[in-house]
Amino acid sequence: MSTATQVDTTTQARAALGYQIHSIGQFNFQRDEYFAHIKYPGGSHIIPIDNFLRSLMRDVAWGFFYGTVNFDTVFGTINHYGTVDMFIGLLNEAYRTSNQHYVETFDSKDLKRVFEGMLDDWTNEGFDPFAAPDETGVPFGRKHGNNKRAITRERMVAKRMTGLPGDLPLRSDAAGQPINRQFTDVPQDAPEVHAEPGFEKEVHAFNAFAYVSRSDVTWNPSVLSCVDDSQFCATTEEHILPITHGNDRVEWFIQATDEIIWDIEDGKTGRPRAKVVMKAGDVAAMPADIRHRGYSPKRSILIVWENNDGSLPKRYSSGELKPYPVEF
Amino acid sequence: MSSPQTYFGSLKHYEKGGVTIINDDPKNYAFSNIFEVAAKSKPYEKVAVGKNLKYVIEAVRAEGDSPWYETAHDEAVLVMDGELEVHYVKPDAPQAAAGKQGAIKLAGEPKGKKMGWVKIRRGHEALLPAGSAYQFRAKGDPGVMLIQTILGDLTIERWADICQK
Repeated sequence: MSTATQVDTTTQARAALGYQIHSIGQFNFQRDEYFAHIKYPGGSHIIPIDNFLRSLMRDVAWGFFYGTVNFDTVFGTINHYGTVDMFIGLLNEAYRTSNQHYVETFDSKDLKRVFEGMLDDWTNEGFDPFAAPDETGVPFGRKHGNNKRAITRERMVAKRMTGLPGDLPLRSDAAGQPINRQFTDVPQDAPEVHAEPGFEKEVHAFNAFAYVSRSDVTWNPSVLSCVDDSQFCATTEEHILPITHGNDRVEWFIQATDEIIWDIEDGKTGRPRAKVVMKAGDVAAMPADIRHRGYSPKRSILIVWENNDGSLPKRYSSGELKPYPVEF
Repeated sequence: MSSPQTYFGSLKHYEKGGVTIINDDPKNYAFSNIFEVAAKSKPYEKVAVGKNLKYVIEAVRAEGDSPWYETAHDEAVLVMDGELEVHYVKPDAPQAAAGKQGAIKLAGEPKGKKMGWVKIRRGHEALLPAGSAYQFRAKGDPGVMLIQTILGDLTIERWADICQK
């Protein structure tokens, strides 16, 4: 009779690097010096750790965002606003046709807690997953320190308009928000505001481009102004959007400065559908049935225009609404 | 080493990107350029360049004084080119009924209490608050603004003219 026991030397070796193993449901996450390893019933999947952490950062900070957050062509999450599907291959044509996909549904708060713990544990000192690659260190190697300040930034959301009394404050050097190195030529002048007594909360203006030029994060929309559910979300984009965002509603892009190139794929299959090149002043819709990934060669200002109406995902997925915004 | 240069478009100088189709219809992206739209618009025409069900964003050529408008809900204006003033009045007798969507045009300056004014330039965003009347005054070269609002009687939809087909 053999007394030998099977030893998972790979897992032991990873554990020796100092990172914790994180699990929820049937999913198990391990990291080594260069990669995240996702184990699930039926297989495992590997993602480079830099892209995994950058994607995880957005998923956590956005509360799973609108629709689908594809970390790559295989793994991702779908937000159902209260619950979240975490999947392998669900939106990958080859996985689906060969029935290799796997999906579990979690309460949003449970998955968020696991993701937050993993992000904290796996993000080393000196690496900021929200920063452009040229502005941060690398995430590789054995566990060393942490970067809690970088991973606990809150998404900035104006209730009515940034800078109004009681609303989001403006950014400034004094508040520790310097102008980004790529926006040193963005004018910082303030508008002239002459409000008569009693109208200070209504007669209001601010320098939106200056506000955005002081953002220290990339690919992370912040709400500047609202008209009911209409949200102007400004964001600074540099290098590559780490995720491929799958829409569950129509959203619009307004390119305020510079240029972004977008790859557009079918939301369910990942088949390429279009390329969209956006230069300053261009406006384009992102249909409700696509996924998109952006490339910004220079840091640019993009206004993502969202409709925050919570009934929309169901109305689009049921076919009540067409996936494109206008007909002509 | 030179500093990075941020590129802003303007009425006089803009480049336009576009949609390259692999397997789709370019109309699905309703692709346009606000400077091109404003260059072909009359002063203060409110041309929709984005529509998300009842919400719109309008590209507006700011040139001279606009009519007076009134709004029953908040709107916001973002200047993309040029400089202009916005003057505000709290009307004694509001014309825009509660729930009225989009701005309405007034016959002239309304009677009411002056609320104040703002001077805004490229990159500045101003509130057009619910229950107010307002007028744009552009004194110099024509400018371009984007208005975040709700589809209304004054919104012009000419998608076939402005979008890539």
